[in-house]
Amino acid sequence: MGKLTVSGSPHFHTEESVSKIMYGVIFSLIPAMLVSFYFFGLAAIVVTLTAVVSCMAFEYLIQKYLIRGPLTIFYGSAIITGVLLAFNVPANLPLGILVIGSAVAIGMGKMTFGGLGKNPFNPALVGRVFLMISFPVQMTTYPRPTAFSTQLTDAVTGPTPLTVIKDGLSRGEKFADLLAQLPDYSNLLLGNIGGSVGEVSAIALLLGGLYMLIRKIISWHIPMAYLGSAAVFSGIFWLISPETYPDPVFHLLTGGLMLGALYMATDYSTSPMAPRGMIVFGVGCGLLTMIIRLFGAYPEGVAFSILIMNAFVPLINKGFKPKRFGEEIKNG
Amino acid sequence: MGGVHPPENKFAEKASIEVLPPPKTVFIPLSQHLGVPAVPVVEKGDEVKTGQLIAKGEAFISANIHASVSGKVVKIDLVTDSSGYRKKAIVIQVEGDEWADGIDLDIPLVKECQLGREQIVQKINENGIVGLGGATFPSHVKMMVPTGKKAEYLIINGVECEPCLTADHRLMLEKGEEILAGISIQMKALEVDKAIVGIEANKPDAVEHLKNLAGPYPGISVEALEVKYPQGAEKQLIKSLLGREVPSGKLPIEVGCVVHNVGTSFAVYEAVQKNKPLIERVVTVTGSSLKKPVNLWVRIGTPVIDLIEAAGGLPEDTGKVINGGPMMGKALNDLNVPVTKGTSGILVLTDEQAHRPPEQHCIRCGRCVTVCPMGLEPYLLAILSDKKRLEECEQERLMDCMECGSCLYICPSGRPLLDQMRVGKTRLGKLIRERSG
Repeated sequence: MGKLTVSGSPHFHTEESVSKIMYGVIFSLIPAMLVSFYFFGLAAIVVTLTAVVSCMAFEYLIQKYLIRGPLTIFYGSAIITGVLLAFNVPANLPLGILVIGSAVAIGMGKMTFGGLGKNPFNPALVGRVFLMISFPVQMTTYPRPTAFSTQLTDAVTGPTPLTVIKDGLSRGEKFADLLAQLPDYSNLLLGNIGGSVGEVSAIALLLGGLYMLIRKIISWHIPMAYLGSAAVFSGIFWLISPETYPDPVFHLLTGGLMLGALYMATDYSTSPMAPRGMIVFGVGCGLLTMIIRLFGAYPEGVAFSILIMNAFVPLINKGFKPKRFGEEIKNG
Repeated sequence: MGGVHPPENKFAEKASIEVLPPPKTVFIPLSQHLGVPAVPVVEKGDEVKTGQLIAKGEAFISANIHASVSGKVVKIDLVTDSSGYRKKAIVIQVEGDEWADGIDLDIPLVKECQLGREQIVQKINENGIVGLGGATFPSHVKMMVPTGKKAEYLIINGVECEPCLTADHRLMLEKGEEILAGISIQMKALEVDKAIVGIEANKPDAVEHLKNLAGPYPGISVEALEVKYPQGAEKQLIKSLLGREVPSGKLPIEVGCVVHNVGTSFAVYEAVQKNKPLIERVVTVTGSSLKKPVNLWVRIGTPVIDLIEAAGGLPEDTGKVINGGPMMGKALNDLNVPVTKGTSGILVLTDEQAHRPPEQHCIRCGRCVTVCPMGLEPYLLAILSDKKRLEECEQERLMDCMECGSCLYICPSGRPLLDQMRVGKTRLGKLIRERSG
């Protein structure tokens, strides 16, 4: 027997680790990846791989040559940023643009603030919004979903359900005519619609979210608050005027709402620490998303609303503390 | 609220309590309880009998200490105890096992207690009973309800939520009658008519056994509780049983409760009905690498290494030995330290189990906040403690931390949250004491 180790209690530790959590998230993204590969074909695979490889490469280069600190690329966090960035762009996005987006996501979104756990804004969304502002045309040209397509860039393009509504209304078309152009709910649920690589299939994303909930990687607070408040807010307008506004189910199943509520808003370092704060954060995201969708210039508001709420996280953490034990005297 | 589910690893739960014979020499520290150390009433060279008073608790919060063996006092000197510090202890060379007069060593149960309130408290005081759950607070002090407060419930803690430990579990199975008699004596002393025994649901045999036995005892009920660490922490136990929250910085009596451990109830029974002082206790000796995990009746002052020998000897690959359980126990650097009144277990870990995971960046996952049973934010308190921002620590209720270790257990980044908070608590405690003069 050697010397006895002496350290403070506790002496047991969870089996969970940072990399296990990160790889758990990646595992949960597999259903959504498979659906995207099915509907957008080879292009989706190439876009996903390009984003993952370039995010990892930028993280490695920045840590090795600029920060000169320990390397964290194998924790899996850069892989997640890559997958989520790819999920947030059209499958036919020119790869050069995607590499620029990866550089912005990892460099500006994450490493500038000190890396893993220190960034205030969701890196993948920073990348997406940068690209949307810099390359608006390429970022809004979506391929039409075609089973097992092998075309990379010149696939047939088409609008997303949200752009059908927003553009149609701005052209002065009748809401009822626009509704007729939309895919039905089963296609919305499965993902047989135009949109970014990973956002189309609500059911695949829900499956992944369920896995994360069961593995306790995320808690229900943010997704439920986000989806719930979005449904309530859009539902109010739909009830008031069903001939002007789509119903809440349409809103929940389209655009990046599922992806945002389950994967982007739940990002650890950019969301609140305590359950009460998480609910406030989720409700904020839901309201902002719907305000942008219903009244803003953009058809989609998920990315902006999450980034805006990210900025409020320090305040939310200060204002919404967990319920302290013994705070109120209860004599039940 | 909060809590974690560490592996239970109750290796010794089926092992009946065995008697460990007295060692050759015992080392009995004068400070085995919370409060002021006892003052020796014997000198070097004195012959003592088992159960004889050897040090007197003179302050209000202190406890008497008795010889756990018969023999000769060889010295009263500094001895390393489980805290790692050298503290004053009475060292007795064992000769035979001759008991002091007046102690009833007969086994049969004596259920009826004719003594009045004050006489019971006096017996508990005389016989040096302290809380055996680990905090070692002198029991007679807890029996004296402060004026203006009223005890409504006696809560008996049979939760044993620390993984690995099985001492209370075995005691409930083997000494259930005595525990219930002890509880009814404690109820009489506190003048309460309701007592609840809380036991974690992972001990269904103990729950059923005590439920069956409790039938004839009016006012005593037995409740099975969800398995969750730290279910057995005083405030959490009251909350689970009665839904009452003890306010920050206050004692259970604030919500009409007095909490005692099951082991303490047994010791109270022996002190009051048999006039037997607290000179031995049940200690679990366990670990995945031990040949034979055991529960032992151990005389106070027995060196820890003797207990490990009784469990099959110290394995070659031992990396850490813990006094207590894996969540709140203290790592020992010397295996000759004595068992004291507060020693509930000795846990042997292999070299592989002895080390913490490597420390990584905080990923702000919020798990430490979710699991904190006191509703604190360990990630924040650790930073504030580290930066010595003590006023902010106080605002964020650092002093409410009971050091259960849930935050450090759950942290996927292996951050030393509790270590930093302990340092902060020490500094903040000093600041608060200075401020109040």
